[in-house]
Amino acid sequence: MIATGTLAPDFELYSTLDQQLRLSELRGKKVILAFYPANWSPVCDDQMNLYNEMGKYFARHNAQLIGISVDSKWSHLAFCEHNKFHFPLLADFEPKGEVARLYEVYNDKTGECQRALYVLDEDGIIRWSYLSPVGINPGADGILNALEELDNVKSTNQ
Amino acid sequence: MTQLRTPVNSNDHIWGNENAPLELLKYGDYECPYCGRAYPIVKDIIKQMGNNLKFVFRNFPLSNVHPHAVSAAVATEAAALQGKFWEMHDIIFENQKTLEVEHLFLFAHKVGLDLERFRNDIQDPALTDKVEKDFYGGLRSGVNRTPTFFINGQKFDGDWSGDNLLNYLQNVLAELSTSPTDTPQ
Repeated sequence: MIATGTLAPDFELYSTLDQQLRLSELRGKKVILAFYPANWSPVCDDQMNLYNEMGKYFARHNAQLIGISVDSKWSHLAFCEHNKFHFPLLADFEPKGEVARLYEVYNDKTGECQRALYVLDEDGIIRWSYLSPVGINPGADGILNALEELDNVKSTNQ
Repeated sequence: MTQLRTPVNSNDHIWGNENAPLELLKYGDYECPYCGRAYPIVKDIIKQMGNNLKFVFRNFPLSNVHPHAVSAAVATEAAALQGKFWEMHDIIFENQKTLEVEHLFLFAHKVGLDLERFRNDIQDPALTDKVEKDFYGGLRSGVNRTPTFFINGQKFDGDWSGDNLLNYLQNVLAELSTSPTDTPQ
């Protein structure tokens, strides 16, 4: 994975059928990038449903969650509607897995993203990352720790 | 990430012997079908382990996929104010496919709650707060799905179905009794 302290590579991907989201548009907010293998697979379901409950806690840290997989925007639309997700899923679909490769979390054998997390600060710098075994839902504690630490560092510097 | 961050305390709902050598804690969601499946398994474990087990339930409702989970949890907290937490917990798990508000009132009636008081208590924000605190504490302890079990403060990642959890607990108990120095206070 990309080393912490590095500027997160910028990208633009479809977040809805007709809108693209550019990472750099989110400057000023912390960003959680959650790469995951596939819509509809059991562990991904659990993981994303868990994160979907956490909007309030992420907002408390001025953080926005983004899910990324190689599924198409149509698959994302159905997956989002089915689970009532309140955060965007980006389609790393064409060229397939390009952003996942950029973030060093593409699995060439399965043609899917690995299960990986990045936390970026308000300036788009990578501050924390975690690669989870593909069959294991990493939960949210690592993300919350990282967000808390970022806020603590900021408050002691002020 | 596998340790219980908030130790069991007086705010918790505890079933059984408070000084038991084994503590089984379940983070659950009343509308989650897996929790529904785990419910009779835990009942059986409580029966089999007797005085050796303390069982604790904490709320972990996934409100987007389970729209009735939070109100069901609040209903059990309201029942707790009338000393009937476990009665409400049980009747809800036994009827987890019907958790509309009118059902919750029916359950409240069946377990013998004062309905007027119940009606007031379920609107008390303090009860919703308690449910949310349970949820957040679970997040910080690495709960990533329901049910998630902790045994003496350690997250249990094994298979809880069938007799697996019972067998596991019996082994832990056997180990505790052969090494008395490791027995928790």
